[in-house]
Amino acid sequence: MGKRTIVPFGPQHPALPEPIHLDLELEDEKVIRAIPSIGYVHRGLEKLVEKRDYEQMTYVMERVCGICSFGHSYGYTSAVEGLMGVDVPERANYLRIMFHELSRVHSHLLWLGLLADGLGFDSLFMHCWRIREKVLDVFEAITGARVIMSFCKVGGVRKDVSPDMLRMVRNVCDDVEEEVRKTSGVFMKDSSIRNRLCGTGILTREDVLDLNAVGPVARGSGVENDARTAEPMYRNLGFEAVLRDEGDCWARCIVRVDEIFQSLDLIRTAIDTIPSGEFCAVVKGPVPEGDYTFRVEQPRGEGFYYVQGNGTKNLSRARVRTPTNINIPAMVKALQGCDLQDVSMLVITIDPCISCTER
Amino acid sequence: MTQKYLKLDASDVLGTAEKLHEEGYRMVQICGVTKNGYSELLYSFDKDHDLVNYKVDVPFGTSVMSITPVYWAAFVYENEIHDLFGIDFMDSKLDYKGNFFRMSAVTPWKGKDHEEGA
Repeated sequence: MGKRTIVPFGPQHPALPEPIHLDLELEDEKVIRAIPSIGYVHRGLEKLVEKRDYEQMTYVMERVCGICSFGHSYGYTSAVEGLMGVDVPERANYLRIMFHELSRVHSHLLWLGLLADGLGFDSLFMHCWRIREKVLDVFEAITGARVIMSFCKVGGVRKDVSPDMLRMVRNVCDDVEEEVRKTSGVFMKDSSIRNRLCGTGILTREDVLDLNAVGPVARGSGVENDARTAEPMYRNLGFEAVLRDEGDCWARCIVRVDEIFQSLDLIRTAIDTIPSGEFCAVVKGPVPEGDYTFRVEQPRGEGFYYVQGNGTKNLSRARVRTPTNINIPAMVKALQGCDLQDVSMLVITIDPCISCTER
Repeated sequence: MTQKYLKLDASDVLGTAEKLHEEGYRMVQICGVTKNGYSELLYSFDKDHDLVNYKVDVPFGTSVMSITPVYWAAFVYENEIHDLFGIDFMDSKLDYKGNFFRMSAVTPWKGKDHEEGA
């Protein structure tokens, strides 16, 4: 047995844009154990439910994270609508799916850029982020904002999207697809990338099931865990989860690349089949007593939203369980047995969002 | 989305988790809710998109058995609830002993008990 050393990793580290700390217990160059520490920037946003009514909480929820901003407002408003028995217009549901999938495209492109940056492949990093800008431009053209859009509200969406705008979104999807097809080829074929990612940080199907991992982390190990498969709207659009069996860093990368193409297809189908009509239902009165849960497939995995009403305009509880919350144990497991040099790459492929986790 | 909420006694938490684990349920989350004189825990489990939620009332000053021996990933929620709501989880497989979150206040989401005039 070699000498055991503990190497601190983070909370400030070039591979991590946000603060998480890992105590890496090493035997020579192998990681034997990793103990995670979070909680450096815990904000207690859920506690604001005592001071903000259910409408105002939508603005708080979309500020949980900048990347998954739309998904958080979508999950929270859907939970409140379920509790209040609100019938959301069909057109609003289509617009929500369009925005949600656009968010997935820009989140996965951002992640591909971070992966390329972690690999030291700076031109690839800049290409990924350049393509991502086109999606943010769409958000700006429709809502006037690029990150926190306030597009979702209890009852539907805040404004309608004109046929011209929908055509523009469809054209941008075609454009992004062409660009991603060229760029993603590098991730799939470049030997230096494959050497770093293939066979590294393996999570078996059993590991994923045992540790309750979600999102591309689970689907990269062949576990069909995708909240969209349970949603009738997505089934109508022909959705099927993207799966890989390898369970390594490369599989998690390819799942995200394939999901970009899938999301672009879903957006185009939604635009082609969107019904006309109202885009927001009238919602009045206090939230009734009771509980409601709703799950949304965020770019990083399943997001869980729980609201508890008490007969007033303020909820008793609004809870967000973010995908990173549940993927931290899987990250710790994947780190066991890996080389120290692979730690940063492995952490990146889990795609932890500490901003979400520190809601 | 079907909503299932079942009441569960605090002493049955670990036994129920073991049963659900054997049946192939995955743990989705554990959530704390501040109540008058006690805290309410909501345990959520899923199997094939069938979500089942268990509500557990935990009076102040009492403990709950940790479910980390069955669902190790629960350490994230149990330590979070310990730091925010002040609930102790017995026999945890990974106990941060109050150091999971770095906060200026101790158990800031713990409600007031009846004696404090809640």
